[in-house]
Amino acid sequence: MKRRRSPVLAPTFPPWRARLVIAAATIALGVLAGRAVYLQGWNRDFLQAQGASRYSRTLEIPAVRGRIFDRNGEALAVSTPVKSIWAIPEDAAVATPDLDRLAAALGMPRGELRAKLTDTGRDFVYLKRQVPPEAAERVAALRLPGIHQSKEYRRYYPVGEAMAHVLGFTDVDDAGREGIELAYQEHLAGRAGSRRVIKDRLGEVVEDVVSLREAKDGRDLVLALDSRIQNLAYGELRRAVERHRAKAGGIVVLDATTGEVLALVNLPSYNPNNRAQLTGAAVRNRALTDAFEPGSTLKPFTIALALDTGRMAAATTIPVAPGSLTIGPATIRDAHPEKALTVEQVIQKSSNVGAAKIALELPRESMWGLFDDVGFGAAPDLGFPGEATGKLRPYKTWRPVEQATMSYGHGISVSLVQLARAYTVFARDGDLVALSLVKVDTPPPGRPVISKRTAATVRRMLELAAQPGGTAPRARIMGYRVAGKTGTAHKQANGAYVPDKYRSSFVGFAPASRPRLVIAVMIDEPSAGQHYGGAVAAPVFAEVMAGALRILGVAPDAPLQPIEAAPPALEVRESV
Amino acid sequence: MSRLSLLLLVILAACALGLVTSQHQARQLFAELEREQARAAGLEVEHGQLQLEASTWARHARVERVARERLHMRPPEAKRLQILDAPPPGGSRP
Repeated sequence: MKRRRSPVLAPTFPPWRARLVIAAATIALGVLAGRAVYLQGWNRDFLQAQGASRYSRTLEIPAVRGRIFDRNGEALAVSTPVKSIWAIPEDAAVATPDLDRLAAALGMPRGELRAKLTDTGRDFVYLKRQVPPEAAERVAALRLPGIHQSKEYRRYYPVGEAMAHVLGFTDVDDAGREGIELAYQEHLAGRAGSRRVIKDRLGEVVEDVVSLREAKDGRDLVLALDSRIQNLAYGELRRAVERHRAKAGGIVVLDATTGEVLALVNLPSYNPNNRAQLTGAAVRNRALTDAFEPGSTLKPFTIALALDTGRMAAATTIPVAPGSLTIGPATIRDAHPEKALTVEQVIQKSSNVGAAKIALELPRESMWGLFDDVGFGAAPDLGFPGEATGKLRPYKTWRPVEQATMSYGHGISVSLVQLARAYTVFARDGDLVALSLVKVDTPPPGRPVISKRTAATVRRMLELAAQPGGTAPRARIMGYRVAGKTGTAHKQANGAYVPDKYRSSFVGFAPASRPRLVIAVMIDEPSAGQHYGGAVAAPVFAEVMAGALRILGVAPDAPLQPIEAAPPALEVRESV
Repeated sequence: MSRLSLLLLVILAACALGLVTSQHQARQLFAELEREQARAAGLEVEHGQLQLEASTWARHARVERVARERLHMRPPEAKRLQILDAPPPGGSRP
């Protein structure tokens, strides 16, 4: 049967139409595929980042700087959060009444504030940094456009001036700039971390995605300092500097048994909480960074060497007549010409001629060797920024006159800390101990320098020096036997000694029977009439030593009888 | 066959609901953790401020002034001192 062809069903479309549709569909598909490849292949990272930025945020995790404590756990430096107020000048359209209120809240002059806010050349300007939280809240309450706040830390030093030089201070970013703050920056500084989180529409963190960097708070630091002794020393030094109208001064208190620095005081000082008035002179930690000619405080070392090598004994007589000694063009003089002195009396009466004559008997190598052994000419290695090494010239360049003057502390320079440390040799049976600014758990072993016997002999001589008949009877304290040596030296200016400018010092230790503390005192340019170490520095030593021994509860080794002032005839003036 | 499908569907739905619930709980706990951590940080800050305050009040200069001026205290005279030979256990005073 032949089917009848229906005209409706008859293929009236030209065949190219079907092909066109297929081609169009294929092309469209190709475009889609291409687009998909473009988005998911080439552009994937960019788009994913864009997506993530809509919901994920990277948050900073702030880290706090470690606190500093003294050996008894008293806080000496603590960082606490404050705000910094900043502005985007372009966004900040502040009307005059608001400007007044803002200026009042920040405690800033209005003109300065206006200048900062109208500086449209900048995208970002700090209005004020380290604003206390209450003031920051008042600023926030004004709800000014374009004014923002961010969290910062500010360091506070409750003890203030008394500890300023040891602790140092931090800059506006809470990084150490001076002192311990700089020396232990690594230890104290925290490391801010960051983490990525997912935030919801309201800005609440809903999920922790990943911790990008672990935040690490700074570690706390426990110092060797005893703030009671530090305050005592600061008070006494300030009184002495005022009384003698001195330019500067310093005190170092060491624990002879552990090498810990219990107090380190300098004047002039500054308030570390108020950095507006910092000057170079006030910031200098003189006891560590300034070397000076120590004068007679160096005599015991020459004597110790003479005793240690067996060349002399304490009772050996040294002819010192006629009270002066001429070496080449130079003449060394004694204040009180004597005919002859024993080695012991050379220390007791602080005879320059005696010390020089003893020094000239000694080989210069071994004298240099002893000075080097007790730490002169090398930094005391406390880790403190800018520690002075002092000046100890190589012995090959020493001329006889220089060797002679070095025996009484001229032509050599040391810092007060070096001087105090060197005296631990006498306080500790002949060995030198390493110093530490941080608390020490197990005392380090000392390095032997001189024999035990020599140390004991020199101790006895130093005890005589701090008695009537010596140069420093004013160093005595009630209840304890004291040993020590005065020093009075002309200051140098432009390579020449200035006749009326002195540096008075005293270094000593107590109780002499079993030394616990070494204290070195230096007063720079006392100009109220007195300038001898025995009159200027020794009384300061006595006050600080008495107080510190009482604070530490050290048992007395002498009867508890009030000290009577020595008659003037028994107070020897030392030679300068 | 279709029964198995139904069963799987039910299990799937249960799992999905469980996932939603646990996610919600996780977020709630997380928010709580965040709050507590913020509180801990705040307390740490306060601790520091209190330490500062304690140190400020305990400044030796201030203690000495108060002792001398308000409490009329002074160091004892030599004749009123008595030293005992045996040190207390532990050596030095606190």
